[in-house]
Amino acid sequence: MTDRKADPAVDRRDVAWWSDKAVSVLVFLGGISAILFIIGIFVFITREGFGFGEHFKAGEIFGSTRWAPTSDSNPTYGILALVAGTASVTGLAMLIAVPFSLGAAIYIAEFAKGRTREVLKVLVEMLAAIPSVVWGFIGLTIMNPLIIQTFDVPIGLCVLNSGLILGLMAAPIMTTIAEDALKAVPDSYREAAEALGATRWQVTRRVVLPAARQGLLAAVLLGVGRGFGETMAVLMASGHSINLPTSPFDSVRALTATIAAELGETAVGSPHYQALFMLGILLFAVTFLINLAADLIVRGIRKG
Amino acid sequence: MFDATPRNLKDARREGLVRILFLLMTALLVLPVLLILGVLVAKGGSALSWDFLFTEPTDGMTAGGLLPALVGTIWLVVIALIVSVPIGIAAALYLSEYAPDNWLTRAINLAIINLAGVPSIVHALFGVGAFVIFFGFGTSILAASFTLAVMTLPVVIVSTREALQAVPQSFREACWNMGATRWQTIRKVVLPNSISGILTGVILEVSRTAGETAPIMFTGAAFFLPFLPESVYDQTMAMSLHLFVVATQVPNVPDNLPFGVALVLIGMVLAMNAISIAFRTWLRRKKKW
Amino acid sequence: MVTATPEIRVQNLSIQYGEKVALAGASFEVMPNEIFGIIGPANSGKTSFLKVLNRMDTFTPGMRFSGTAEVGGRDVRSWRNLYALRRRIGVVFPLPVGLPLSVYDNVAFAPRLAGVRGKAELDAIVERCLRRAALWDEVKDRLKALGSLLSGGQQQRLTIARALSQEPSILLLDEFSIAVDPVTTMRIEDVLKELKQEMTIVLVTNLVQQARRLADRTAFFLMGECVSVSPTEALFTGDADPRARDYVEGRFG
Repeated sequence: MTDRKADPAVDRRDVAWWSDKAVSVLVFLGGISAILFIIGIFVFITREGFGFGEHFKAGEIFGSTRWAPTSDSNPTYGILALVAGTASVTGLAMLIAVPFSLGAAIYIAEFAKGRTREVLKVLVEMLAAIPSVVWGFIGLTIMNPLIIQTFDVPIGLCVLNSGLILGLMAAPIMTTIAEDALKAVPDSYREAAEALGATRWQVTRRVVLPAARQGLLAAVLLGVGRGFGETMAVLMASGHSINLPTSPFDSVRALTATIAAELGETAVGSPHYQALFMLGILLFAVTFLINLAADLIVRGIRKG
Repeated sequence: MFDATPRNLKDARREGLVRILFLLMTALLVLPVLLILGVLVAKGGSALSWDFLFTEPTDGMTAGGLLPALVGTIWLVVIALIVSVPIGIAAALYLSEYAPDNWLTRAINLAIINLAGVPSIVHALFGVGAFVIFFGFGTSILAASFTLAVMTLPVVIVSTREALQAVPQSFREACWNMGATRWQTIRKVVLPNSISGILTGVILEVSRTAGETAPIMFTGAAFFLPFLPESVYDQTMAMSLHLFVVATQVPNVPDNLPFGVALVLIGMVLAMNAISIAFRTWLRRKKKW
Repeated sequence: MVTATPEIRVQNLSIQYGEKVALAGASFEVMPNEIFGIIGPANSGKTSFLKVLNRMDTFTPGMRFSGTAEVGGRDVRSWRNLYALRRRIGVVFPLPVGLPLSVYDNVAFAPRLAGVRGKAELDAIVERCLRRAALWDEVKDRLKALGSLLSGGQQQRLTIARALSQEPSILLLDEFSIAVDPVTTMRIEDVLKELKQEMTIVLVTNLVQQARRLADRTAFFLMGECVSVSPTEALFTGDADPRARDYVEGRFG
């Protein structure tokens, strides 16, 4: 037997030791990169939009419906109509997407079996994969004439059109997350209820849904975030006219679409350009809050 | 207890109804995919030809093909991958193999959720402020690719982390017990058994990256540029923006042209997705433990 | 050969997982070339003790220990290269783990880490370790098969072969016979008696008779306390501690 006290191997930090150290530093950098990027997004957008401070009049911005940054005589930056546009489209989208997504999640998680289940999941994934510009294109070329014909209105690029499309776009993420939340309810709960003679639906309604309600809420929130931040589809399908909507057939204009449509036409550093970056900060802040809320809710599940 | 009492019958009937209702809701959600594909094929199929794929647009984009857009999208995707895949895999390795359960890890997770949740147009603004202006890349393939890379980073991180965590903890412990370092364990046991899952995520990222429009609009993609890019500092056309342009900005476009562009774009994206799904299914079958 | 230095020495060793105490103030020594048994009911700190010896606490979130734990006369916290420490200590845990590598690569894993490259040398190590773990005859024709697809009992013997491939000076066995049939268990026990010539063995077992067959001395752990350390027979006569006799006679636990 060797005398281990004299053996230097235990104190020698060999190649393996050092390469492990090096890799741990590298992956740590990768890990914190996500945080750096989030900070970077905030910093660089603020940097570009910062100069807008001197034009900043809270009363006008949050109190006026007049978004006219290009007006020579009287440029105004009221975002009320844009907020109303985003809210109406997102609201309608959620009205459609929430019940359907939760229904689909319940069907896929609790009722469907084997092959059906797999096929449905793949289709939901396919739905999520369709690029937003294709959705916008569909709104423009298929839904637009369809709405004009069906409802006998002059234009089909409106709240209804973009709301429907946004609903379909937000549905897959909500379905997927809601299904995860339902799957996270332990099978022992279901078995216990089924042993008492409850039907599948009774089990779902009385046992599974209450147990998964926080996860379902998080799913809805993330869906809202997705709808709220969608750009190309809303730009193409909403009609893009500044309006306080009074009916689903009114054209509106969303915050995201405004940036997409106008950024290319502004001079770098002009008040208009800076105003668009301020809108970006607003969008960033709201999605940050939505995601934070969803995260806190999900964490609540893990703790409780 | 085993009799079909009236109450049980009522329950059974309701069960059937609820089942059908939920099936209908699911169907209404997924049918549009098939419908959309059908319409795109019906209306755009006639535009497809080898010339359409491999020639440049002519006559103010009202005729000709989409080669520069196709090539441009490939440039953008490849460079975005070169940037995001190493960072994403490193981040996933950190979260899955190294990260202690502390506030920093929670902050990283929150940041990833946020990167995925921030509107694409906000990513575009970031790309303009950071890559185009601050780092001086100008509107170029480089700036657009970096913007796409940051935006799709969460896809790589999340899917890689899932693949890594599918490797049982007991394998790691067995290696550690033999004196393997974390890195040796990762290299010899964890990565070889998760590499296909990681690849699945990367393919998914390709599909996501190829379809994005807003982030590249102001960072490097051009409306019309009928030749192929020569370096990463050039601007380029891209499939997604090209669809937007021919659908909304160009007058007198023949009906089937934008449908053809849409069909090619969605074909690319769904094909990548299908490969990723098929790969995953195949993986599940050949379990090694 | 025989030195006065204990191979393992713990003094007032306490182990905690967060707020939960797994072992409180244990003190004893394990001499070189001894089979040292540890028995006691579940959750009495046996496995935690093994984890301290090869510093697996660094991979176990929330696990901390205090007091002295020495291996080969040195505190385990003073080793600058923990991986080198772990390479000297072979471990077999209750649930068999065949790595998803070939049987051959499973056994060659540790030698390769230690820098053995020659094919002939590796072949010899693999065969010797598999023979010792009583597995060679069953797998010699399929050394390329995946270790993770062997049967449970075979995987457990593969784990033992892997532990031996490190040529450890200490072998830690944690209820190794759970997943192994009685005949194989007896074969492995015979191997352990031979291995004793070359290394120190710590045998955590839930089979009182196994401890009696193998262990020179045995510690009795109860609810996170090291109640007694004595020659194994003393447990059965009650000379060690009355609670130990109650346990070995099956009156609780």
